[in-house]
This record gives sequence, structure tokens and C-alpha cells, in this order.
Amino acid sequence: MGSTELKTIRVLIAKPGLDGHDRGAKVIARGLKDAGMEVIYLGLRLTPEQIVEAAIQEDVDAVGLSSLSGAHLALFPKIVELLRSKGGEKILVVVGGIIPKKDFAVLKEAGVSGIFGPGTPIPEIAKFIQENIQEK
Amino acid sequence: MTQDKNAERKKEFRTTVDGTVVKQVYTAADVAQPGDTSLPAEFPFTRHVQGNGYRGRFWTMRQYAGFATVEETNKRYKYLYGQGSTGFSVAFHLPTQEGYDSDHTLSAGEVGKTGVAIDSLKDMEQLWDGIPLSDVSTSMTINATASIILAMYIAAAEKQGADPSKLKGTVQNDILKEYVARNTYIFGPGPSMRLVTDVIGYCAEKLPEWNSISISGYHIREAGSTAIQEVAFTMANGIAYVQAMLDRGMKIDSFAPRLSFFFAANTNLIEEVAKFRAARRIWANIIKDRFGSNNPRSQMLRFHVQTDGFTLTEQQPLNNIMRVTIQSLAAVMGGCQSLHTNSYDEALQLPTEQAVQVALRTQQIIAEESGVADTIDPLGGSYYMENLTNQIEKGAKKYIEKIDEMGGALEAIRKGYMQAEIARSAYDYQKAVDSGEQIVVGVNKYTSKTADETTIFEVDPAVEKKQTERLRILRQERDNLKVKSALEKVKKVAATNENMMPVLIEAVKTYATQGEISNALREVFGEYREPSIL
Repeated sequence: MGSTELKTIRVLIAKPGLDGHDRGAKVIARGLKDAGMEVIYLGLRLTPEQIVEAAIQEDVDAVGLSSLSGAHLALFPKIVELLRSKGGEKILVVVGGIIPKKDFAVLKEAGVSGIFGPGTPIPEIAKFIQENIQEK
Repeated sequence: MTQDKNAERKKEFRTTVDGTVVKQVYTAADVAQPGDTSLPAEFPFTRHVQGNGYRGRFWTMRQYAGFATVEETNKRYKYLYGQGSTGFSVAFHLPTQEGYDSDHTLSAGEVGKTGVAIDSLKDMEQLWDGIPLSDVSTSMTINATASIILAMYIAAAEKQGADPSKLKGTVQNDILKEYVARNTYIFGPGPSMRLVTDVIGYCAEKLPEWNSISISGYHIREAGSTAIQEVAFTMANGIAYVQAMLDRGMKIDSFAPRLSFFFAANTNLIEEVAKFRAARRIWANIIKDRFGSNNPRSQMLRFHVQTDGFTLTEQQPLNNIMRVTIQSLAAVMGGCQSLHTNSYDEALQLPTEQAVQVALRTQQIIAEESGVADTIDPLGGSYYMENLTNQIEKGAKKYIEKIDEMGGALEAIRKGYMQAEIARSAYDYQKAVDSGEQIVVGVNKYTSKTADETTIFEVDPAVEKKQTERLRILRQERDNLKVKSALEKVKKVAATNENMMPVLIEAVKTYATQGEISNALREVFGEYREPSIL
């Protein structure tokens, strides 16, 4: 972890799909910024391709995704897969929103590292990112 | 020194995070004399818009719902209609709300999820199959594509033989709060306002019993605003709509009686009741002083309420039933015209049938058992209530003045002002919860380790395939030359100042899809990108 603590952690926050509920994504973006990370808030209504392209271009350590419309199974695994095929396999993927517990296993299997539901304190998310990002 | 038994729990008490400071006790000195002594149905309608409140009829218990495909939704509506229900509230899936057909790349995973998938008039016809639209009232939560979806509704009604002038219902049609909070916009504020006013103008002339807009604070609150911001930004948006209609040459009393509102009900019971009272008073004064109408029907603020979805917790979900109960009490004691109660499992998933039933029963218990509906404005006259009502009015007016100085709601939105205010409040709230200053039962206090077991409700993943297949067949079977020329006409009229509604009705009748019509409009109007406010 030594060297990652020296450089600022870069995180991309984005909302894939058509869901407009961006309160959580924006609050997390601010919270991670206050926790000392460099945060790129990409906004909403994005395709998996747009998110992956930005993540690689911005050379981020982690990508945070949010969906509250029930489209998470169609979107999150696809983003992980695209990251892997485009050379972003070391980028940590964490997600949040309305995600039924029974989908956790599928998402983890697909390569999502952390799933944070409603009510998660921001420091807990920041800590998880700090502890799980990989050196590139 | 020993612990002072008179010491208070907190240094400062507030209604909510960033909310109004609450005193230890309120007395007559906290309420200006003689104050607002108006009775129900009297200007400024603080106590209620109607003279007999709920002593005649209860509020409308209007539950918002949509299920995947038109077949399923139609089955549900038919059942409800058979049970005597004549009020429907349609939830559309996100692609329909944002002008993408179900087979668009961005629609992947979203089809049928948050509501029913409507791509063309064919879907709309099937949605209402067996339900005479002349007999029912329909509320449609649709904004950026409101003009197109209303055109489909009118066309479907005509096909049934219904007289459009008798149609009853509401389209949300409130695009400004989409930029501020809800985010299902397509075009920029300029062309969007034109479409909004086209709908209002068309309805005033052809659908006199239709509520042509529901000016919404609900989503502003959900996005994180305080009660004061919710009222203020909703009123500011309302002013912008009224001004836009006047600018088109319409007379205030020809459309203002059809303007309706939509607010959230949070768990802070007293502040929420005060908020509804203050909103009625502020709007009546705006219509009278700013727009010079003395017509009570124009001055009356009529509103729908939905309990505040953000307050639902994923942890210990049954606790949400209590939250919804308190929130509903606020809505009823605040004098709402209609109410949607959320289901306790909505922080986890789309609601199960059992949870939906508990939500409806909550309203019925309040109506039939609690007694709060037996007298009008039961909390009116309480020192605290009157003081809070005044404070919310004062706070909201300050914001409205500030927005006026910025050049009105459209300018404030273009500058990202409302968005930034809301984001700040949302972040302050989260920090207060994270630090334990704001308690959320089951989340940061009284937590339990046991897993929360709930029944799962899911949309069948086959829905997406089914709907895209329907679309493929539609595109094969319809007269595509007619569609093409209808879309050309849409573009032509879009570039003028003519009311779009007639040409949109013509276009949907050729079975042009909402995605195709939206694309035609995108070509003329361009698309909106939100300003970065982080």
C-alpha cells in the first residue's frame, strides 16, 4: 500500500443507463473528495463504453457506479468486462444504489469488488477504496 | 460539576439538517397578531382550498404503478377498474421518459424496469384496452416526452370513441424540475419550455378538464433539499411557467386553474404540515400580487403528495411502515388533494404486492380510523404550527427574491444555482448522518445484526426481448412512407412557433414511435448537457 498512499487516489464516479437518481452519486463524489481523493464526476445517462473510455483516459484507480432503476445486472458486469478487455483490469470497481442482496453474488462473480447499499457511511467507502486499489 | 438534569440532548434543535431552528416552547408571542385568520376556502387558502375539507370526500388515494409490459399493466388496470377504481397513475419505464425506443442501446437493462414500456400508439391502445377512457382519470408521470405521450393518449381515446374534451387526468409536464433534480430531460430549457407551454395551451383549449402540468417539489426534496428549498424552488418554477404562458398571450385565468402541484412528505411531521400551509399561502399571493388575478380558482394551490422515498431504509425495512405513516399524516393534516404512500421495501427493490397493500391500507387507516380527517387543518392555531408556517413562508420568499434577481428560474437553473443548493443540503445531511448528529433508526442507531429477510419482486428479463420484438414487427407492418412524412412535418413545425400538439397527434397516429419523434425533435432542438456543479 505504501506507494498508493503517497500519490492521490483517483476515482471516477458515473451513472450508467437512463436512471436519473444522482443524489447518492453526487454525495459520494463530494465525500471522497473531502476524504482527500481526486474525483472525476462523469455524470449520468452514460453507456458502458463511455464510462470505460473515460476511466482509462483519466487513468483512475477506481470506478464508482450507481444505479437505482434495476438495470445493474445488465450494466455493471459489462463495464467490468470492458475495463478488462481495454487494459483497465487493475481498476477497482465499486457500486451502489438499489441492489437486491440476491444479486450480490452475481456482481462479485463478475468482478465488482464492493457493493454499498443505502445507509453506508462515506468513510466506510473511502476506507474500502484505500485498502483495495491496486498498484499499476 | 454533576450532570445538569435540565441539560438538553442537543446544543441546537432543528426541524431537519439545515432546517429551521426549533425553540424550547412556543407562545402567543411567537405568532404575529392578528396573523392569518382566514378560514378554509378563503384567501390565501392557508387552511384548505375547500370549505369542507375531507368531511365530504377523502383525498384521492392514488398509487403510482407500472408493470413491465402493456399486457401486464392492462391486466392490472382492468382488475382495478372491475373493483370500482377509476383513478390510474401510470409509471413509464425510463426509455419512454427520455425519448429512447426500447431497442436503443441506452435502453439495455432498463426496459420495463421502473414502469411500463410505451413505444408507440399501439402500446398505448393496448394499455387501455377494455377501459373506457371517458370514464376514468389518469395521471401520467411524464415530462420531456409529455407532449408525445399525451398525443398518444388523446389518439387512443379518440379510437375508443371518447370525446377528448371530456378526458380527465394529469400530465406531470414539469421540465424545470428535471434539470434541477429528476434528470429525465432531453432538450435544453428553451425548446423544452416551448413544449411545456404547447401542452398547457392545447389543454386549455381542447382538454378543459385535464391538469396540464404538475409543478413538482417532490423530486427536489428527494434530491436533498430542505423543506424551505422545496417550496421555494417549486414556486420559482411555477412563476416561470405562468410567465411563459402570459408571454404567449394567454390570460392568467384561462390556464391557472388547471395548474397543479406535487410535494414530498418527510417524517418531520410538524414542519411538513407547516410547509403545505405555507405553500398554499405563498402561491395564492403570487397569483394575486404578481399576476393580478383575483379569481380564487386561479389562486388555489391544489397538490398531490408522495411520501419521501429517500427516508426509506434498506436496514430493518419494516420500520419504513412507521415512517410512511407519519409522512402520510403530514400530507393529510396538511390538506393534500391526493396521496401516494411508498411501500416499505422500496429501498431494496421494486415493491412486492404485499408491501403495496400495506401502503394503501396505511392511507385507509388514517382516513377511517385516526380521526384527523374529520376537521379541517387540525393543527391550525398551534403556536408552533403558525410560527413554522410563517418561517417557511419567509425563508421561501427570500429564495424566490434571490432567483428573481438572477433573472428567474430558467436563469437560476442555467447557472446551476438550484442544483448546487440542493447538492449542498444533500451533502450536509449525509455528513450529519455519518457523524451521528442526525439519527436514522436502524442505520446509525438501534442497528441489528440479523439479516433482513424480505420477499423479492423482479421484472422478468424476457420483457426486454418481448418489447423489442413488438417494435420490430410494428416497424415492418406500418406504412413507413406515412411515418417518414409525419416526422418531416414534426421537424418543420418544431422550427416555427406553432403549437406542436396537432402535428404530434398526427404523427403518433401513423405509429411513429416516441423515440423516432424525439429524434426528429433532437435534430431541431439539440440535446441538453447538465452543467457540472461539483
